[in-house]
Amino acid sequence: MAEHIVASTEATATLTSAQERIPTVVVDDAHIIYRVHQGAAGGTTPVAALRRLVKRTHAPNVREVHAVKGVSFTAYRGEAIGLIGSNGSGKSTILRAIAGLLPVNRGAIHTQGQPSLLGVNAALLNDLSGERNVVLGCLAMGMHPDEVAKQAAGIIDFSGINERGDFASLPMRTYSSGMAARLRFSIAAAKKHDVLLIDEALATGDKGFRKRSEQRVRELREGAGTVFLVSHQLSSVRDTCERTIWLESGVLRMDGPTDEVIREYEAYANSK
Amino acid sequence: MATTALVDPDTGLTQAQLAARHGLRVAGERPSLAEYSRRLWAYRHFIAAYANAKLVASYSNAKLGQLWQVLTPLTNAAVYYLIFGVVLAQNSIPNFIAYLTTGLFIFNFTQSAVLAGTQSISSNLGLIRALHFPRASLPLSTTMTQFQQLLASMVVLIGIVLVTGEPITLKWLLLVPALLLQAVFNAGVVLLVARLGAKSTDLKQVMPFIMRTWMYGSGVLYSVSLFERLPGWATTLVQYNPLLVYIELARYALLEQAPLLNESLTQLWLVAAGWALVAGIGGFIYFWRGEQEYGRG
Repeated sequence: MAEHIVASTEATATLTSAQERIPTVVVDDAHIIYRVHQGAAGGTTPVAALRRLVKRTHAPNVREVHAVKGVSFTAYRGEAIGLIGSNGSGKSTILRAIAGLLPVNRGAIHTQGQPSLLGVNAALLNDLSGERNVVLGCLAMGMHPDEVAKQAAGIIDFSGINERGDFASLPMRTYSSGMAARLRFSIAAAKKHDVLLIDEALATGDKGFRKRSEQRVRELREGAGTVFLVSHQLSSVRDTCERTIWLESGVLRMDGPTDEVIREYEAYANSK
Repeated sequence: MATTALVDPDTGLTQAQLAARHGLRVAGERPSLAEYSRRLWAYRHFIAAYANAKLVASYSNAKLGQLWQVLTPLTNAAVYYLIFGVVLAQNSIPNFIAYLTTGLFIFNFTQSAVLAGTQSISSNLGLIRALHFPRASLPLSTTMTQFQQLLASMVVLIGIVLVTGEPITLKWLLLVPALLLQAVFNAGVVLLVARLGAKSTDLKQVMPFIMRTWMYGSGVLYSVSLFERLPGWATTLVQYNPLLVYIELARYALLEQAPLLNESLTQLWLVAAGWALVAGIGGFIYFWRGEQEYGRG
């Protein structure tokens, strides 16, 4: 690794425009196909189900969706990349594939270290208090107990769940959806990640929290990481990301500076 | 380097070459068995904290709270004693109530671990899809939760054994290695059913019946001497039934006159250790081989 860094600085020293660029995520012609259950739609009798078990075929109400069709891009260290596109364009799917949670059917995704996916649906234990969830979440991210003890108070402060009384000691099922999402973001953001994948998390929470979380995302990037942000709120993409990738129906439409891509995207969305 | 000094060294490379050049790894790749064990060890604090959290959470809605840890095994023992001790009046066994509760609590350790383990992947999909950690942490913490439950029921058991007039002897110490061996065996079986249960959710419906059949084959509710009336091969089969072996070890440790199916104590210990080893290692390898599949689809 060290010699690679040396080699690239040597080469870029003469190229004044380019900085030392170290790729953290390399997506190489990735195709992702997944199966969705359409609910009960015929062929659901026990006999039919048994026959499928024996013959090892899939249920007829399971349909294959080709969600990502040959996407390629490279993300570098220190970048914040927005992923935009209309609903069902494959943004969240590709994020989950980068996190290693979905397999690619063709092509490959290479990553530096272990990317962490931060989604609003990341459920913690609802019967436990916020404090215990913080400890559990930090341990699940691989932190040492000493480090968790040091960070726990800061995480709760950052999430702001204690702004209206002592909520940290109440079970998470008593939280509003915004509070729960804020706590989850705070836990995930407490650790330095090589690659952090955020799925719409910044859209939740009030204005004050949004500001804090944007600041936190900037800090994470400075800590030599790459941040991906999937969002329907173009404003939060514009505020946090300088590069944006536009996906449409699983195909990469555009990849470039945020302003240009968003301009094109808005023109496309308005013309529909 | 001199010839390429003016060019970015990464230009002209394909995506795969670029990734290889900077030492990037394929996303979601399965680590080697040694590496996986090492990572799992690094997650031991998480496993313990999660097991504890589950235990607390499971009673958080009940008014009596943690008291149920003791009340559940007591009620269980009372119900079975009513049927098998009073209604069916099995008086042939000395100190039947202690005989029954020993079998019941030891069996219940495996039963509840296996039932919870079947769902240990499918009921934690949110956690699995959000965070990356060795998935074996989940079935292992399930086993640990049940082990903590077992310790509570052991307090109840020792109370029952003392009240029914069994003397305290040095043999009681044998309970510790017996329970530890059973815990290893359980961890292995839980890892096995966790992977099976992650793939096919139907297993959850079938598991209670499998466990009940297993219970009748483990001599929990009646005297093990009944098994001697079976044909020879069936008796041998029952003798090697891991749960019967663990129950017999506990009965041997705590009770003075309990009837045992296995005559030789050495054989009992060897079979107990053998099962723990086979299930523990086999279950771990089987679970590891499916590591990339959990939480997908």
